[in-house]
Amino acid sequence: MSLDKTERFVQFDNFNPEREEMSVTRMKDQTPSPTPHNGAAPRVLSGAHVAVKGLSHSYRKADGHVLENIDFEIHQGEVIALLGRSGCGKSTLLHMLAGLTHPSEGEVVINGNVIEHPSPKWVMMFQAPSLYPWMSVAQNAGLGLKFTRRSHEIGKRVPEVLELVDLAAFATRNAQELSGGQQQRVALARSLAPRPEMLLLDEPFSALDAFTRRALQQDVRKIAKDLGLTLVIVSHDVGEAVRMADRVLVLQANPGRIAEDIEIPLSDEDRSGGSEAFSREHARLMSIYSRVADQDDAPVENDFTQL
Amino acid sequence: MSDAPQFSGQLSTRGSGMSFSLPNLGRFRGLMNAGLGIALLLAAWWVGGWVVQNSDDLYAFADFAPAPTLSRLWQMIGDGEVIAMSGPSLGRVGMGLVYAIAIGVPVGIMIGRMKRLNEVTNVPFQFLRMISPLSWMPIAVMAFDSWDGAIVFLISMAAIWPILFSTAGGVRRIDPAWLKVARNLGANPLHMLFSVILPAIAVDILSGIRLALGVAWVVLVPAEYLGVTSGLGYAINDARDTLEYDRLAATVVVIGVIGFALDALAGQLIRKFNWVRSDGH
Repeated sequence: MSLDKTERFVQFDNFNPEREEMSVTRMKDQTPSPTPHNGAAPRVLSGAHVAVKGLSHSYRKADGHVLENIDFEIHQGEVIALLGRSGCGKSTLLHMLAGLTHPSEGEVVINGNVIEHPSPKWVMMFQAPSLYPWMSVAQNAGLGLKFTRRSHEIGKRVPEVLELVDLAAFATRNAQELSGGQQQRVALARSLAPRPEMLLLDEPFSALDAFTRRALQQDVRKIAKDLGLTLVIVSHDVGEAVRMADRVLVLQANPGRIAEDIEIPLSDEDRSGGSEAFSREHARLMSIYSRVADQDDAPVENDFTQL
Repeated sequence: MSDAPQFSGQLSTRGSGMSFSLPNLGRFRGLMNAGLGIALLLAAWWVGGWVVQNSDDLYAFADFAPAPTLSRLWQMIGDGEVIAMSGPSLGRVGMGLVYAIAIGVPVGIMIGRMKRLNEVTNVPFQFLRMISPLSWMPIAVMAFDSWDGAIVFLISMAAIWPILFSTAGGVRRIDPAWLKVARNLGANPLHMLFSVILPAIAVDILSGIRLALGVAWVVLVPAEYLGVTSGLGYAINDARDTLEYDRLAATVVVIGVIGFALDALAGQLIRKFNWVRSDGH
């Protein structure tokens, strides 16, 4: 994926008529990104600001809370990883950020608005690409625009996003003819086409081979940073969290709650892995993650005594 | 490789050394086997005709044999009788199918999507499904003011169940992630229906229609014994009454050929709308 492609994409993104006013204002005053972490400053300030306030959730009252007293904030353009073992409620939390599930208590506020419904402004990518197999790659990529009554943009926008994910040559191919990694790239293009403010990734690379996974991790972070998107990724892979996230929220289970909030102060060069800084951050996060996981294994009543 | 012929399969009698095999015909195998099946059917028909012709008790029915039947069929094609008798029947089956699809597909989608509705309707629908469509004949005759209306009703009653259950089954098999992704991308209920649900279950609906077509075509002939003066069922009844057994047998051939053609057409549609690619990753 070349930088030229992303630059062209960003230029195109600035001409979005729906955001014309916002984009022009920001281009004029050249305000730097409020992103407080080490990622490159976004050139388009389109990321969502998220505030999660007093969020608790239970599927059935008798079963107790799956999530309890969750409070955190995500800044515009920030990349956050929700790290935790299976069953700690991280995917449930992500669904709530997407508006696909309503919390039993508390609220999710995005850009000042309480979230009650899903919106193409915050798009979720799942573990499986879930492409529609009766459609071509281009039709899949343009679906969000069609659903939001912006079909007139499909002709220009879809080639842009497909080029961004290196699949321009596959536009007319059936989605089933692609490899797993390519399908996940189409899912990424589909998510980017409606110009979201936030991408929510629910372990989207876990079914891919190591090389494809690493390439996509780097590409997705780069695209998010270049476009200024807020990115939230759910993972149980410490390496993935270090490679992608500016900040990691480590979740503890029974009930799910945030045990640690850790910044990952790495440059983009160091995130590719192999550097001493990467190894140090990986070891640090692994140590914290293991400690939190050990507490998960302890009886539930012991967990409450620690609060 | 030897010059000996290749064999696609082998039937051997253990210990006897006897074997029977069919030659491998490559890409013409399907066509040749179909031809073989037709030839066997014609042979059985010819043997039956020969037996009838040589029986003192059955001689009156000798016109059922292939030669008089096919000769009469040729004549009926030439004078337009085949089209005249098939047109009304196709119209009634078409109308019956339209009603069955118009009711079966939406209801199937609803019971496929709504678990509660499925639970409520399951017993009544299974009960109604098991009633022979022809059992409704007296009620249909009383309820409709035209014979055509009654026949279309009977065909609809026969055709609706395969469509309804096949549609519901297809909806239940839809990958929930497709619906979740669509919701997430901003789909409203109409988008969900026309962009996700209907394309996802198109093959299930068409498979249901194919089954329904078969049932409807079978029900058609006895249904057309009701008061009407046109159609294939009427033609059979009329031929029986006038003792034109060659015409009766020719009409049976027409029914079979049209039924086969309709089924083949439905099969083609299923292949066209089947989005599963066997060469996919």
